Amino acid sequence: MIAVRVQAEPFDAGAEIAALSAGRSDVGAVVSFTGLVRGDGGLTAMTLEHYPAMTAPAMARIAAEAAARWPLLGGTVVHRIGRLLPGDPIVLVAVAAAHRAAAFAAAEFLMDWLKTRAPLWKREEAGGEARWVEARREDDAAAARWEADG
Amino acid sequence: MIDLLYFARVREAIGVDGEVLPLPAGVAAVGDLLAWLATRSPRHAAALADRAAIRVAVNQAFAGDEAGVGDGDEVAVFPPVTGG
Repeated sequence: MIAVRVQAEPFDAGAEIAALSAGRSDVGAVVSFTGLVRGDGGLTAMTLEHYPAMTAPAMARIAAEAAARWPLLGGTVVHRIGRLLPGDPIVLVAVAAAHRAAAFAAAEFLMDWLKTRAPLWKREEAGGEARWVEARREDDAAAARWEADG
Repeated sequence: MIDLLYFARVREAIGVDGEVLPLPAGVAAVGDLLAWLATRSPRHAAALADRAAIRVAVNQAFAGDEAGVGDGDEVAVFPPVTGG
């Protein structure tokens, strides 16, 4: 029930968020996160490489995990690929639930897991040079805290 | 044959985005496959030198060193992911 998309085109976060409660009276909470390309450090562009056969299925598995853990009424995850500029949206996570606790928790969970389990790689351009972004220990730690206690 | 796919820094280091290779006799797990792959050329060795910075997916699912690899599998080798 959480839709996932991988696309080069920009997305309309407002429209995606609105769609999660449109025409419904059971949704009491919609929480969203939009990730954007920051232009600090002189960054001029960011390119997202992905694994076509695995990126969307991996995102779908992450989404199914969220839907299994929390009582969600819907959701949308969109991840862009290709060459993006500072200020461009990269990723959207939006979830709907009856109450806010599930919506907040699921949205954070989805982002923490996207950061560590979705097969995409960022390459930053600055000052005419390009370098691959390194994975951060903080992201692994954030994802680990969602591991089931038993 | 196994269908190897390389991404990001791994692709740059090896110099190709993938290759189809016969699975060597005696190689049945991811760890053994990586060890064998590193012997194919100096570029393969350099790409796989830091095993802590290598991740593998077999048939589009993350796989550790102990995971099995068999004929016909798609094996992707890449750095830790940085999406999101």
